[in-house]
Amino acid sequence: MARGPDIDVPTLREFRDIPAIQEGAMAHLSPFVAKPEHQEPLGFPGELVDNWQEKAIDKMGDLLGKYRALPVFLDSCVKCGACTDKCHYFLGTQDPKNMPVARQDLFRQVYRRYFTWAGKIFPWLVGAKDLTKEVLDDWYKYFHQCSECRRCSVFCPYGIDTAEITMAARDIMDHIGVGQKYSNEIIGKVHTIGNNLGLPTPALINTLEGLEEDIEEETGIAVRLPLDEQGADVLLVTPSADFFAEPHVDGLIGYAKVFHQAGIRWTVSSHASEAANFGIFIGSYEQMHKVSNRIRTAALELGVKRVVFGECGHAWRVAYSFLNSLAGPWDFLDPKYPTPQHICEVTYDLIQQGALNLDPTANDDKVLTFHDSCNVARGSRMGNIPGGQFDIPRAVLKASANHFVDMDPETICEKTFCCGGGGGLLTDDLLELRVKGALPRMEALKEVVETHGVTHMAAICAICKSQFSKVMPFYGLPMDMIVSVHQIVSNAIQLGTKE
Amino acid sequence: MSYELNGSTFEHDEEGYITDMSIWSKELADLIANEEEIAMTDEHWEVVNFLRNYYDEYQVAPAIRVLVKAIKKSFGPEKGNNKYLYELFPYGPAKQACKIAGLPKPTGCV
Repeated sequence: MARGPDIDVPTLREFRDIPAIQEGAMAHLSPFVAKPEHQEPLGFPGELVDNWQEKAIDKMGDLLGKYRALPVFLDSCVKCGACTDKCHYFLGTQDPKNMPVARQDLFRQVYRRYFTWAGKIFPWLVGAKDLTKEVLDDWYKYFHQCSECRRCSVFCPYGIDTAEITMAARDIMDHIGVGQKYSNEIIGKVHTIGNNLGLPTPALINTLEGLEEDIEEETGIAVRLPLDEQGADVLLVTPSADFFAEPHVDGLIGYAKVFHQAGIRWTVSSHASEAANFGIFIGSYEQMHKVSNRIRTAALELGVKRVVFGECGHAWRVAYSFLNSLAGPWDFLDPKYPTPQHICEVTYDLIQQGALNLDPTANDDKVLTFHDSCNVARGSRMGNIPGGQFDIPRAVLKASANHFVDMDPETICEKTFCCGGGGGLLTDDLLELRVKGALPRMEALKEVVETHGVTHMAAICAICKSQFSKVMPFYGLPMDMIVSVHQIVSNAIQLGTKE
Repeated sequence: MSYELNGSTFEHDEEGYITDMSIWSKELADLIANEEEIAMTDEHWEVVNFLRNYYDEYQVAPAIRVLVKAIKKSFGPEKGNNKYLYELFPYGPAKQACKIAGLPKPTGCV
C-alpha cells in the first residue's frame, strides 16, 4: 500500500487562462461507497436495491415536489456558459464534466426523460437520457467532485445553485443504497458518540484539561475550558476538530481566552460536541434536523442564555440560515443577542466595546491574509450589515495583527474559491481531487506571498484548515501556513490586564 | 482485502486499517509499517505504544497536541514537535501511526 498517491499537481497558471478541456480526466475517481453499517443507521438501504431505477425516479419526483427551487434550476438553464470556468474542480482537473453546467446536466438529462413531456416523447431531441447504470456511475463520481461551494451560482444569470442539484443527487443515491462512506460514517458517529471524530466524554474532559494546563503554563493565567457546566451563559458549539487537530486547537484556545477576558461564563456540551452538520452535504433534511436538534437539547439542559458557534464554515451556514426552522423556536434564549451568534461576532462586539486588550505587535512576525470559507461567504452573514461575513473576520484579524493584505479580489468575499475539500470531500480517497481543486486558491495565495511577503493565511472553517494543511505542501507551501482566526486573537490578547 | 502473516489472513478496509482491533500484534504492525514503507525504530514504537495506551483509556486516538506533548516528555523538546512526528510518519502522524497501531482511522474534519 503506497504511503501517498503520486499526484500530478497542476502547474500554476501565469495568466489564469481557462485551461483546455480533457475529456474523462477525472473519470477514474470516486470515493469509497458506504457499507451497510454506515447506511442502515441513517435509515438508508445497505446496498444498491434491486429496483433501484424505479426507486431513484420516485425519489426524484418526491424532491421535485418538495423543493420548489429544484425544478426551477432544472428548467431555467439556457446554456450561456457563464459558469463553465468558475468551478475550482474544473480549473484544477480540466475534466469538462466538472463544469457546473455539465454536472447539472447529469441530473437534468434524467429529469427531462422522466418528468418533461418532450423528454418522454423525443428524448434524443432534448438531451434526455434513461437512468442507466452508466449514468448512475457518472452521478456517483461527479456529484462527489462538487464541494457544494456555490461559486458558480454567483455568476449564473439565473442564480441556478449547482449545490442544490448535487445535494438532491446525493440524497437520491443514499435512498437507493449508494451512499458515500466518509459522510455517512461520520453522521453515524455524531448520533452514537456525539461528534464527527468520535471523541467520547472522557476524552473531551482530558483534552480540555490538557489545554487549561497548557494555557496556564504559557501565560501564568488560569483560563477555564468548561464542559457540561450548568448555568453557563454561553453554549459554545464548535467543530470537534477544534479539540483534536492543528491549527484548530489554537483557535479553541483563542475562544477560551476571549470569554475569559470578557468575563463570559461559557461551556462546551458533551451532547452537542460538534458544530458540523454533514446532513447538508448529503442533502438530507431529516439528518440536518436530527443533528441540529442535539444543540437544542443541550441548550435546554444546560440552561444557557446564548448559543455561539466556533470556526466552522458549513455549520455556520446551517446555523445562520436554517437553525430556527430545524430546531427552533429559540425563545428561551436571551433576546438581547442574536441566535445563533458566531464567535467572530462575539469577539468583534467585545473589541468595539473595548472589553478586550489586544496587542497586535504580538503577531508582528506574520503577514496575514484571509481565506473566505464558501459556506460563510455565500450562505450566511455576520453582524447586521450586508457583507458583515467578510468585514467582521477581517476586522478581528486587523485588531490582532498589524500586517494584513487581501488576495486577488476575484478570489475573495462572495467570489472566494473553495479550499478544495468542502462538501463532504475531505477524505483521503479523494486526495487527488482535493490537491487539484486547491489550484485557484494556491495561485492567489502564492501571488500575495511573492508580492507582499504573506506568511500566514487565516481561516474560519475546520475543513478549510485541515484541507490546506494537507494540500499546501503539494504546492511547495508549509503546512503550518494555515492558521485559525482566533489563534491570531489568542497570540494578541493580553491576559491579566483587563479581567 | 487482507494482510497475510505466517499463513494467517487479517482483514483490513480499503485503506489498510485492520477491521478487528483484537487481531493486532507487533508482527502485524511491522508488516503494516512495511507496506507503508516505514522502517520501525524505537521512536516509531514509542508513538505506536502511546497511541494504543491512550486508545485503551479513551476509546479514541489522542489529539496531535497530546501526542506531541508525550513525545516531548520521552525524547526531549527537539523531537517534541509536529515536524518530527511527520518525519516519523510522513503521511500524517495521526492517520498513518493509527494504521500501524491497529486503531481505527480518525475521520472527521481532520
